[in-house]
Amino acid sequence: MEMEKKMMIRKDNPYSNKLGTMLRETSLKLDTLASGYILPDEKRCVQCGICSFNCPINVDVRSHAMRGMAIHESKCLTCGECVRRCPRGVLRFVIHD
Amino acid sequence: MTNYVIIGSGAAGIAAAGSIRREDSRNKIQVITDDPFGYYSRPGLAYLLTGEVPQEQLFPFNQEYYRELNIQLVKGCVRFILPDQHQLVTSNGSYIQYDRLLLSTGASANMSRVPGVELEGVVKLDNLEDAVHILKNARKARTAVVIGGGITALELAEGLAAIGIQVHYFLRGERYWSSVLDEIESKIVENRLIQDGIKIHYHTELDEILGKKGKVTGVRASQQQKQVQVDCQMVAFAIGIKPRMDLAIKAGINTQRGVIVDEGLHTSQADIFAAGDVAQVYDRMSGEHVLDSLWRPAIEQGWIAGLNMTGGNYAYEKKYPFNVTRLGGLITTIIGRVGKEVLEENKPDGDADVAGIMRGDSEVWRKQSLGIVAQTFQESNRLRLYITPTYITGAIIMGDQTLSRPLQILIREQVDISPIRKLLLSPQYSLMETLLKFWEDYTKKNA
Repeated sequence: MEMEKKMMIRKDNPYSNKLGTMLRETSLKLDTLASGYILPDEKRCVQCGICSFNCPINVDVRSHAMRGMAIHESKCLTCGECVRRCPRGVLRFVIHD
Repeated sequence: MTNYVIIGSGAAGIAAAGSIRREDSRNKIQVITDDPFGYYSRPGLAYLLTGEVPQEQLFPFNQEYYRELNIQLVKGCVRFILPDQHQLVTSNGSYIQYDRLLLSTGASANMSRVPGVELEGVVKLDNLEDAVHILKNARKARTAVVIGGGITALELAEGLAAIGIQVHYFLRGERYWSSVLDEIESKIVENRLIQDGIKIHYHTELDEILGKKGKVTGVRASQQQKQVQVDCQMVAFAIGIKPRMDLAIKAGINTQRGVIVDEGLHTSQADIFAAGDVAQVYDRMSGEHVLDSLWRPAIEQGWIAGLNMTGGNYAYEKKYPFNVTRLGGLITTIIGRVGKEVLEENKPDGDADVAGIMRGDSEVWRKQSLGIVAQTFQESNRLRLYITPTYITGAIIMGDQTLSRPLQILIREQVDISPIRKLLLSPQYSLMETLLKFWEDYTKKNA
C-alpha cells in the first residue's frame, strides 16, 4: 500500500529516476555503485524528507541529514538519488581515493 | 521539582524539549500547541504542494521519539501568561503552573483586508492545515490569483501551477522581491515563472475579491490608472508574516517587531524565554535585535533556550543568516547582507508586496551591504558578492550551486580573502574560477 502511494506520486514526476524505480520494484540487491559515502550538512537541512522518500532501498537518509551524520550504512547503494533530489544541497558525495 | 512549559510545537519548541530532556531526565516538560498536526517540516510544505513529497513524509520524528523525550503534549490555546504567579491560563479556563516557560509560538501570515477575503477559495500557506486545504480546493480550481512576495508567494504560484492551475501573479511594483534581489535577479526569476506559464501582472493592486454564493469567482484590481478583472476560483495570499506575540504583549514582556531576547534567549521577564520566529534576537554584528524566519536558526535557538531553561548559561550567537530555496525553479542561496536599504527601526523593508518579513526570510538580508559588489551572470546563473577589504559579507548564488557551500563557509568563518580581492573585483578574471581555486587551496590547507 505504502509502495503504491509512492509510485503514484512518482508517476507524475518528470524527473523520476529509472534506476531508483527499477530497484524499488525488483528489490534487487546490488553492489554499491561508487566507492564513497554520502555526507550531509545539517545546517542546510529542513527535514522535508524528500531524501528518505526517494531512497530506493529505504535508508532513512533524513535522520542522518538532520543530525549531520555520514551515511556509512552498508545498504547504501550510493546511487545519488537523495543527493540529486534534495532541494537545498544538504547532501554530497565523498569519494574514497 | 522544575516544571518546564513550552508554548508551540514548531522547530524551536521541539528542539528546546530535546535539549531540556538531555539535561534533565526527571522533571515534567509540557508542550502546549494549537497546531492539530504537531511537529512537521514547515519548509517541506512547498514540496507537498508540488507533489514531490507526500504528507505523511513531512513528520521527521516517530511516536517513539516523543515517548523517549517523555513530553506531555497539551492540545489547546494559551489565553494569558501570569508572570508573577508563574501560571498560564488556557482557553478552557484551566491553569498551568510553570517554573521555566518558553515562548515558541512562531509567526502567522498577515491577512489582507480587501473586501471578499472571507470567501471560500481565499487561501494562505502558513501551516500544514493550509497546505491540505489548498490541495483540496485546487481540484475545483482552474485559475488562481497569487498576491504578495518573497519565497512563500512563489511556493504558492509554482505549487498551484504544478497542479495544472493557470496562475496570475500580482505584483504591486515593477519587480519581484526588490528588497533582497537586484534587477537582474528579479528578471531571471520572473522569466522562469513566465516560462512555467505563470502570468505576471506588474503595478497591480488588488481592490476586491468577487464571489458568488460564498465562493471566489474573480478579482478586481487597479493597474495604474486602469481597472482589470480576472476570473478565478482561488486567491492565494503571501503578504508577510507577523510574530505571534499577543501573549507576550499582554504579559508586559518587552516586544518590538517580535519578542525582544538577549543572547541567552531570555525575555524581559524572569524565567520566560523566547526562540524561533517569535523572537527578535540580538545580533552582535549590527548591535540590533533582528527578526528572521528560518528553520535552522529556530532549532539552534530552541537548543540554547532549552539549555538555559535547565540552568545553563549559553549564548546564541547569531551568524550570517543563510537559506537555500527555489525561486522560479532555480536553486538560490542567500547569505548575509545583500540588500541596498538602510534598515530603520519599525521600517524593516521597502518591498511593496510584503509587510514585515516572510517565511524563509531574514531582516539582515535587506540590510545595506558592507563592502563593494563583485558580480557575474550568464543565462540563469547569477553570482553576486559583497566584499570588504578582508571578508566576503554577503552572497547570492542563483542557478549553478557549485559555490554555494564554499561561500557558506567562507562567509560564516570570515575567511580572509584579501589575497584574491583584486582578482575578485577585476572584470578580467572569472569570479567563479578565482573563488574555486581559492576554495581548493583553503580546503587543502585546512584538511
